Amino acid sequence: MTGTITFRRKAVDRAMKWVFYLCAFLVVLPLFLIFFDLVIKGAKELRWSLLIDLPRPVGEPGGGIANGILGTVVITLLTMTWSVPVAIMSGIYLAEYGRGKFASAVRFAVDTLTGVPSIIMGIFAYVLLVVPMKRFSAWAGAAALSMIFIPVVVRTTEDMLRTVPTTVREAALALGITRWKATLRITVRTAWPGILTGILLAMSRIIGETAPLLFTALGNQFWQSHLDQPMAAVPLQVFTYAISPYEDWHDKAWAGALVLITMVLLINIAARVLTREKR
Amino acid sequence: MENVFEIHDLSSWFGENQVLKKIRMDIARYSVTSVMGPSGCGKSTFIRCLNRMHDMTPGFRLSGQILLDGVDIHSEQIDPVYLRRRVGMVFQQPNPFPRMSVFENVAVGLKLNGKAHSRADIAERVERSLVMAALWNEVKDHLDQPGISLSGGQQQRLCIARALAVEPEVLLMDEPCSALDPASTAKIEELIEDLSEKYTIAVVTHNMQQAARISDQVAFFLMGELIEMDKSGKIFTNPSDKRTEQYITGRFG
Repeated sequence: MTGTITFRRKAVDRAMKWVFYLCAFLVVLPLFLIFFDLVIKGAKELRWSLLIDLPRPVGEPGGGIANGILGTVVITLLTMTWSVPVAIMSGIYLAEYGRGKFASAVRFAVDTLTGVPSIIMGIFAYVLLVVPMKRFSAWAGAAALSMIFIPVVVRTTEDMLRTVPTTVREAALALGITRWKATLRITVRTAWPGILTGILLAMSRIIGETAPLLFTALGNQFWQSHLDQPMAAVPLQVFTYAISPYEDWHDKAWAGALVLITMVLLINIAARVLTREKR
Repeated sequence: MENVFEIHDLSSWFGENQVLKKIRMDIARYSVTSVMGPSGCGKSTFIRCLNRMHDMTPGFRLSGQILLDGVDIHSEQIDPVYLRRRVGMVFQQPNPFPRMSVFENVAVGLKLNGKAHSRADIAERVERSLVMAALWNEVKDHLDQPGISLSGGQQQRLCIARALAVEPEVLLMDEPCSALDPASTAKIEELIEDLSEKYTIAVVTHNMQQAARISDQVAFFLMGELIEMDKSGKIFTNPSDKRTEQYITGRFG
C-alpha cells in the first residue's frame, strides 16, 4: 500500500517537473520561430543596399530602408533625450521622497499609463501636436513614444532604487553630504546597472512601436533631417510594405522586420553585457 | 575637562512609543564614552540623535536639548548636513558603498561635500585616513578594487577611514564590532584607543568587556532611561545603582 502511494507521489512529482519545463520551453519557442521565419523570408531582400539606399517605387528592383533606419534612430534618441532624465528623476521621487497621497497617485497613474494601448498615445500626440502644428513631425512621434517610454522607466528606476539598502543612504548622509547629492551620486550609482537595463529594455520596446507613429511621424519616402517634418521609421515602413498588394514590397517588409528584430536583439544583448560586469 | 556634548533632558518618541526618557549626559572632549544596555534600551536611538540621523524617520520626535560646543543642534544656526560633517558615524554592519573602489569609498565624502579639493589633496587625505584607520598597509596596493571585496573587519575599518576623511570632531559608533570576528574586533578596539587622542568617541555596545576595555566613561541605559554614568573603572567594580549591578553580573540583558 505505502509502496503504491510512494510510487504515485514520485510519478506525479516527475510529471509536474516536466510540465514546468514544457511551459518554459513554450515561452521561448515564439522568439525562435519568429526569428527563423524572419531570417528565411527576409534573407531574400537582405542586401547591403537595404541598409544604405532609399526606398524605390513598386516594381523597381533594389532600394532600401536607410531613411527608416536613420529615422528610427533619430526619433528614438529624440525621445530619450528628455524621457530618460524625466523618468529617472520621477523614479527617484517615488523611491526616495514619495510618501503620502501624491506619491500613491503618481504611482497609480504611472501603472495605468503603462497599460494604455500605444495607439492611444498616438492619437493623443496627434491632437496635442500634429493638429496645432498643422503637420506630422518627428517631434510628435517622439512625444507619443515618450508616453510609452517614461512610465516603464519610472517604475524600473523606483524598483531598482528600492533594492539599495537603507544603510547605504545612511552612510552617505552621515558623511555630511546633502540629500540630493547622496541620492544622485551614491544611491543611484549603486542601483545603476538595474536602471540602465530598464532604460535599454524600454528603448527596445519603443523602437518596435508602430501604432503611436502612424499619425504622428507618419513616415516618409525620402531623407528628412528636419524634426518638424514627417519622418520615416522602420516599423512604419514595414507596415506600409506589408499591407501593400505588391509581392516585392512584401519581401522588403520581411527584410525590414528582420532589421528591426536584430536592433532589438542587439540592445537586449547590450543590456545583458552591461549589467553583468561589476556585479 | 571641556564638554563637546551636553545633553539636557532628552526624550524621544517613535509615534506614540517613547524610547528615551529625560536623558542627561555630558561627553568630554577626547574621551571615549560607551553606551551599554540590553537590546531595545534606546542606546542606538540615543546615539543617532547626536548627528540627527532620525531627521528622515517618519513619526520621530524629540524634546530636550543637545548642545554641541554650547549650541543646540536643532537650532537654526546648525544645518544637519554640516552637523554630520562634524559628527561622523560608523554603523553596526560594515556598509562600504557598493560599486565603489576602496579609494572612492574614502574619497567620496570629500568629493561630494562641496569643498573643492585638488586630486593630489584628495589622494593625500585618503591615504592619511586609511593610515589612521589602520588599513593602509593592507590595501595600499589595491586601492582600485571594490570596497566590498575586503573582509568584514577590513570593511569596517574602511568605513572608519571614510568617516575620518571628512575630518569630524566626534565619531559615533553604533555597535561597530557586533558583526565582526574576535580578531577584527581587537583591531577596532585598538583603533578606538588610538583615535581617542584626536577625536571624541561615543560607542554603543552590548558587550560589557568591550565597554570596560575601551572607555573612559560608561553610560548604562535601561528601558529608555540613563540609569547610571560613571568612570569605567567605577561602574564595573562598584556601581551605584542596583540595576547596573544586576546587569553587569549577568542577572538580565
